[in-house]
Amino acid sequence: MMRFSTLIKHPAEWMTGGTGDNSVVLTSRIRLARNLARHPFPGWAKKNQRREVMETLKPAIENLPCMKDGFSKELEELDSVQKQVLVERHLISREHAARGEGSAAVIERQQSVSIMINEEDHLRMQAIHPGQDLHHAYRAISEIDDHLAASVEYAFDLRLGYLTTCPTNLGTGMRASAMLHLPALVLSDQIGQVLQAVNKIGLAVRGIFGEGSESLGHLFQISNQSTLGESEENILERLDRVISQVAKNERFAREKLVEEDPDMVADKIGRAYGLLRHAWLISSKEALEHVSMLRLGGDLGAFPAGTSRICDELLMDIQPAHLQLHTGRKLSAEERDTIRAEIVRSRLQNLEAPDNRNIQTNGDGPDPSPDLGVL
Amino acid sequence: MDCDKCGKPAKVHLTQLVGGQVKKIALCNECANQNGVTDPTGFALADLLLTPGQAQLIPKPATSGRRCPECGFSLDDLQRVRRFGCGTCYVTFRDEVGQMIRGMHKGAEHLGKVPQGQIFEQQRRERLADLRSRLDIAIHDEKYEIAASIRDEIRQLETEAAPAGEGR
Repeated sequence: MMRFSTLIKHPAEWMTGGTGDNSVVLTSRIRLARNLARHPFPGWAKKNQRREVMETLKPAIENLPCMKDGFSKELEELDSVQKQVLVERHLISREHAARGEGSAAVIERQQSVSIMINEEDHLRMQAIHPGQDLHHAYRAISEIDDHLAASVEYAFDLRLGYLTTCPTNLGTGMRASAMLHLPALVLSDQIGQVLQAVNKIGLAVRGIFGEGSESLGHLFQISNQSTLGESEENILERLDRVISQVAKNERFAREKLVEEDPDMVADKIGRAYGLLRHAWLISSKEALEHVSMLRLGGDLGAFPAGTSRICDELLMDIQPAHLQLHTGRKLSAEERDTIRAEIVRSRLQNLEAPDNRNIQTNGDGPDPSPDLGVL
Repeated sequence: MDCDKCGKPAKVHLTQLVGGQVKKIALCNECANQNGVTDPTGFALADLLLTPGQAQLIPKPATSGRRCPECGFSLDDLQRVRRFGCGTCYVTFRDEVGQMIRGMHKGAEHLGKVPQGQIFEQQRRERLADLRSRLDIAIHDEKYEIAASIRDEIRQLETEAAPAGEGR
């Protein structure tokens, strides 16, 4: 089995592997919740019962074809920094990291599939794909689900579907989500309106970093809330449609910003570049804000292709546990700011100053505004 | 085993789900007849158990509220944490589930994926349990022709099981 350091050495495939357009929709993720029949759920189980479930599931998961040469550890075997790194990489949940004895994580080599044992449910399995690709991500995790269903018996009810600890996950047990970068909607003050429209049709929106519409780095997650009463396909299709619509709104807002206020856009991107290239102390909040502008600049043609990939890797690597792992010791808040600035500078050292011609000479003007009402 | 009502040797053994809990009771022939247990129009074990004077038959749980027979999770626990103790809790607290999920989801009926082989197995097992209890009743009623045909059906279901089912 793979070592922790080997797993973490490379960025996840979904951060780098996309061949399609990920300028607005960064990733698509599907999570399935499953439990074993006739075993108490993790929150109610005694230690030995949790252990028994883990000892049933862990080998079954390790033997899955996709987990060949993968990573597999009981959470007790990991220290708190290692667990936190996995959280920052979206490979395990915060809640799972807080659990100890009787919980485990099995992660595929490329980090695109990860399975938590004894989180809130016996099994939380997820697949993450780059870009807007919910259907493929679902197919990947559903196949794994089928494999496991052949060797263990799930808690399942014909009327209520897959039975879960919390009734909010009943039915399909599926949470599908996408991560979106929406800087132009934020800068043009339209984000509140968009998020409200998304909420209104029963989908959840939250910031990836920080709370609510003040999300740091302008990164948002949109996901389904209802899991019962409709098929997986229906849920995915509805979500996919809304994500496309939001992405379209963001693209339009970008065009409009460039059209109406090119100096403001060039200024923000230029300042972000200058700051990140020369700062010696930088907080996580400040870094996220400027990395977001750099990413936007990449999309608008101010930086060469590949810039958004650098940005996406930075999003991970400047987080606290990643910094500690990088230096190999516990860091104070000030030390973190120093190291963060150092990492950012080194990653951007070959990036040339923004070329604003694409922003300043925007030709034809934007298409008519997409209608938010049709969401 | 003795009759739970009068103490004579018991001939009728009943198992029934009462309010989501499995209740067992043993009766002699007289008491069974008196209480309409052998009446084909059906009876409720609950009525029998809950008649005044019979209340001592139900062991009172330590705290108030029903408990899941599988995992011991109580109705109190459910109302406190709004989460369930195990899969069987969803049967035990079926009425409460209905109330809890009202408005929570698009609908109340699962329309998604099912674990294919498992559902077949689950239905087979439920059917077997049903047939076995019908067999007991038929034997008790000395309806041997019916009993024989039920037995054949049970055998057939049991042979269907082995190859694809449990062992995997």
